[in-house]
Parts: sequence; structure tokens; C-alpha cells
Amino acid sequence: MKLVKVIAVAICMTMLMVGFANAGKDLDSVKKKGYIQAGVNGGVFGFGMPDEKGVWKGLDVDTARAIAAAIFGDADKVKYIPLTAQQRFTALQSGEIDVLTRNATRTLSRETQLGLNFVQVNYYDGQGFMVPKNLGVKSAKELDGATVCVLPGTTTEQNAADFFRTNNMKMNPVVIESTSELAKTFFAGRCDVLTSDASQLAASRSIAPKPSDYIILPERISKEPLAPAVRHGDDQFFDIVNFSVLAMINAEELGITSKNVDEMLKSKNPKIQRFLGVIEGNGKALGLDEKWAYNIVKQVGNYGEVFERNVGVNTKLGLERGLNALWTEGGLMYSPPFK
Amino acid sequence: MNQPNNPTREYLAAPISKVGPLAWVKKNLFNTWYNSLLTILTLGALAYIVPPFFKWAFIESLWNSSSDACRDIEGACWSIVPQNIKFIILGFFPEGQEWRPILAMILLLALVIYSKERSRWTKLLAWMWPIGLIIMGTLMYGGVFGMPVVETDQWSGLPLTMMLSFFGMVMAYPLGVLLALGRQSKMPAIKTLSVVYIEMIRGVPLISLLFMSSIMFPLFLPDGMTINKVLRAQVAIIMFTAAYIAEVVRGGLQAMQRGQYEAADSLGLNYPQTMRLIILPQALKIVIPPTVGILLSAFKDTSLVVIIALYDVLKTTKVTLQNPHWTGYSTEAYLFLALLYFICCYAMSSYSRRLEKELHTGH
Repeated sequence: MKLVKVIAVAICMTMLMVGFANAGKDLDSVKKKGYIQAGVNGGVFGFGMPDEKGVWKGLDVDTARAIAAAIFGDADKVKYIPLTAQQRFTALQSGEIDVLTRNATRTLSRETQLGLNFVQVNYYDGQGFMVPKNLGVKSAKELDGATVCVLPGTTTEQNAADFFRTNNMKMNPVVIESTSELAKTFFAGRCDVLTSDASQLAASRSIAPKPSDYIILPERISKEPLAPAVRHGDDQFFDIVNFSVLAMINAEELGITSKNVDEMLKSKNPKIQRFLGVIEGNGKALGLDEKWAYNIVKQVGNYGEVFERNVGVNTKLGLERGLNALWTEGGLMYSPPFK
Repeated sequence: MNQPNNPTREYLAAPISKVGPLAWVKKNLFNTWYNSLLTILTLGALAYIVPPFFKWAFIESLWNSSSDACRDIEGACWSIVPQNIKFIILGFFPEGQEWRPILAMILLLALVIYSKERSRWTKLLAWMWPIGLIIMGTLMYGGVFGMPVVETDQWSGLPLTMMLSFFGMVMAYPLGVLLALGRQSKMPAIKTLSVVYIEMIRGVPLISLLFMSSIMFPLFLPDGMTINKVLRAQVAIIMFTAAYIAEVVRGGLQAMQRGQYEAADSLGLNYPQTMRLIILPQALKIVIPPTVGILLSAFKDTSLVVIIALYDVLKTTKVTLQNPHWTGYSTEAYLFLALLYFICCYAMSSYSRRLEKELHTGH
């Protein structure tokens, strides 16, 4: 009898945990739910990771917050679902998440075969090399015969091998499974070069005994445009996600920050008036409140603010804007007109 | 009267070579030349390892400081544990609500400790468990008495580990016994089903089951329906553990002599009675040691949910280590985790030894 009761209770408890979540086939179902479900990385500092208190922080997390601010006027209406690299696309396909903001590289096969739509890139990454300063190397082309620390089984390893081969150089790979062990090995001097995505290299450098002893070489040997993604077949939601990212970039172009956004409401500039919804139209076109862009900037900030807060030079990662600067400053961040 | 009472008699102590610490050392550590050699080698190795470890762990270490302070020291930076304890133990549980999972865990521990004595296995206890579990579930989920709702995806850290292993064991055990009986059954359908199930599950590693549950299973569900990630992992763990328990229990059943069955038949007991009163009590007792072995490994296997991005206590530790402030201190964090797991496993295995002794009715 005891057993039967225990089992009955357990079954009741499990029933509680089974939820029927509506797949966000269109904006209405997301609105009905009252929050967006965002797939995030969960283990990359500066992009998507919980802090000491369990609060989600990062560039990708802020992107998800911007989408929530646009739809609900409240950046906190996000449910974060940490995903592994293998799980991320299935989770989007099966409706477990509404949007994937998990440093995923936009590629042709993912757009087509996997049925995803990537929106505006929120971080341009690329694979690079880090060397100790005293090696005296200024360019990756001078690395002939170097021992290279690299993670196994990744495209990183392949990219590095390709780069060395096409430049007729010899490479001695040192393969180590975990990122932090890899960095430790490199700092212990077991290899001359550490290769990984540039943002990762910066993260690794920040834990070096003396970070200033190491430099990241200027060459980028692969293109990694990291972008949020949604499912096929939901064009309005796609537009909203896309323009939420673009709104952060546009705000930076227009010089609107989370601090001055209230003053900017009084601006006479028609571009700013249209952007912030003083002149109505954009919100209606997207099916959102006219204040949507105002809410993004007010609650999350413009792209520059988000970048500096999470990965910029004053953070542990210490990344320069580089490719992620505005087009007016030599970068790739460019927003179409908001009209 | 009979005792000789001679005042001049001297009672000599046994020779120093026969009793006392020196003798013990000689008898146990230096009794042959190869044991002497082993002793010296071991002592040498200890002398080589222990002082540096002691110095690292206790003398030059910091126990509660910022990560920047840790950069300047040679020793261990235990600060990683207290500075991140909230996230390591409780994960995403919202701030200000921490008392709820802590209370739930204490309740579970109290129930487990109370249930240790066999004299307390009464009807009252049978009621206390379901009620206790409901209270724990309410504490974790909330939604009543002004406690805000905390969705299951925010259950993480130690409570998640405990939940996965506790339900993993409690549900897998009866399922495993049923499967073992099914495999012994004379009904071909039940027997085949049990055999297929057991062999199929035992033929794949737990990781592949977890992957199935987290990556393939959602694709089979109708559009718009999702099943909680935690629940999917829990079911995979239960299914996996049950198959192994089934095989262990089958071993116990096979060890029963035919006479036991025949005796039950001659008493006119039917099948359930035979099993409940005669066979299972003896068979399950025989297999306590291997069963505990399986339960222990099931407990440790719950840490595999890391690969499907569930934040059990191992994953929260790993995430903490991803934070550049704390990345260098993996040794300290993993030692802390090892201690945590060791305490749980040691408690389980010592309890099983006691249970074995209490239930021992052999000759």
C-alpha cells in the first residue's frame, strides 16, 4: 500500500511538471504566453552566462532582453533556456524556444537545411591566434613550425590546419579537451600559439598570470558572424527579432543612449522622432507598441552600451570594437533606415 | 587462598619487542623484507606529497576573499566556494527565496535520517513520506501562501541533483523488481517484453538515453507540445537504473532454492503471496551489496545531465569556473564537489552495511 501511495504521489508531481507550451507560430502566441523563451549558451562569459547570483548576463542575453522589451515593454519577460551546441537547433525546431540567442554562426546550410532564419548579426567573431609577446611574432604568417594549442574535433582545429597548409607552414598541434585546461597549458609555455575564436582568446588572456605578456595577432582566419535565429514560417516574429537587434545599432548611430533617451524624445530630428515613436508608424508596421524602440534603449541600451557592458575594454574580456564598431567608425554594424 | 602471594615476586613487563607500539610496528610494517621496503616507499611518497599539499591547502591558502586577492598567493584559493556558494548550491533559484530549497533539502534529509531505524517503519512513516514529498514540491514550486512560483527550469544545483537521484532510486527500485520478476515469469509475452527492455537499456550508455530524451524525443512530439526538460532526464535516469536493478534482483531470485518455492506451494500460497512473503524478502536481502553499488553509481551518474545543459551541482560549478574571475581555481572547486559527493556516497554505503548486518539471519 505504501508503495502504491508513493507512486501515486510521484505521478501527480510529474503531471504538474508536464507543461503544454504553445509553439510561437506567430506573435500572438508569444504574446499570450507573456514571455519569450530564449535559448542561450550558459557557459560563455560575456555572451550568455549566469553570474554569482544566478542572474543571466551577456551580449546574447541582452539581445533577448531587447526583444522582450520590444514586444512586452518589459525586458525581464524572458525565460532563458541554456542549451548545448547539439541541442540548440532542435530546441528551436521543436518549439522549446522562440528565439535562439546563443552565439550561433550564420551559415548557408543552417539557413536552409535546418529551417532557421538568422537575423542581424550581433557579434562578428573570427578565429585568431594568441602568442606570448616575447616570441617576437607580429603576424600569423611567421608561425612556421610552431606548436599550436587547440581544442580537438572542432572547426577551429580544421581551420588552423588549413591556414598552415595554404601558407606552406608546418604546424605541431597540441590537442587538449577543455577550454580552461587549454589556456593553462598555453600559459605554462607548452605551446607557442593558442588558437580559438578571438572573443575566446580574449577571455583566456584575461586569466593569464600577466595578461599584458600576450598579444592576439591581427589575422582572422575564419568568419564567424554570430546572429540570433528564429524558425521558418513566422515572418512577423522574424521582423520583430531582426529590428530589435537593429534598433540597438540604430540607437547608437543616432547617439541615443539609455541615459539620454528621455531628453531625445524632445528632439526635433525627424529620424529620432520616428525611431522613438514620437512620429508614429514604425510600431504599427511591426505590430508593436509605438514605444517599442524607446523601451529597448531605455531598458537595455544601445549596441555600444551593451557591447561595453558585457565584453568591452573595461570588462574582464577587454575586447576592442573592431569589426563590431559602427560602419561610420570602420566596423560592420549598419542599420537600415527606420522609416 | 590458592593464589601464591609472594611479595618478592616481580611481575616483569612483556619484552618491548613483543608488545607496545614498537612491536606493533615491527609486526605489521617490517615483518618481512618486502613489507619493510613497501613501508619505506610509502612513507617516502607520503613525505613527498603531504607537506606540499598541506602547505597549498591550509597554510598559503585564502578562505574567503575576492578573486583578485587570490592572484597574489601561491596556495589554494578556497574563496571560490564561499564567494559562489549561492549559485553552486542553488543555481537559478530566485534571490530572496533561497530558504525554500534549503528547507526542502533539510526536510528530505530529516525524513531519510528518521527512516534509518527499522523500528520506525510503521504506517505513520508510510504517510509521512508522501506528505513530506508534497511539502517539498510545494516549497520548490510555490504558488501558494504568498510564495512566488518558481518554474522547474529554475530548479538547479544541489536540489536538482538530490531530486534526480532520489526519484531515480526510489522509482527505479520497484520498477527493477517488477522487471526481474517479469523476466522470471512463465508468461511468454511478459517475459519477452522484460528481456527486450532490460537488454536494450543495458546495451546503451546513459549518455545516449539522455541525448535521446533531450534531442530526439522532442521532435516526435506533436507541434506545440513540449515536455519539461528535467522530467525527460528524470525518466531516462529511472529507466536506466531500473534495468540494472532488475538484473541484480534476478541474481537474488536465482539464488533461491527450489525448496522455497515448493514449500510455498505446499502451504497453498498463490504467486503474489509467495513472492511477497517468501521469495522477495530473502532474495532482496541477498542482493543488498550489489544493489547499493547500483544506487551509488546512479547517484553519481546524475552528474551526466551536464551534457544536456541541466544545471545540477556539477554544472553550476563548471559555469562558475567559466567566469574569468574564477577560471584558474578548478582544483579547489572540484575538490569541494568531490567532498560533497563523497559524503553522500559514504553515508549510503555505510547505511547499507548496517542494514545488511541487521537483516542477517544466516548461521
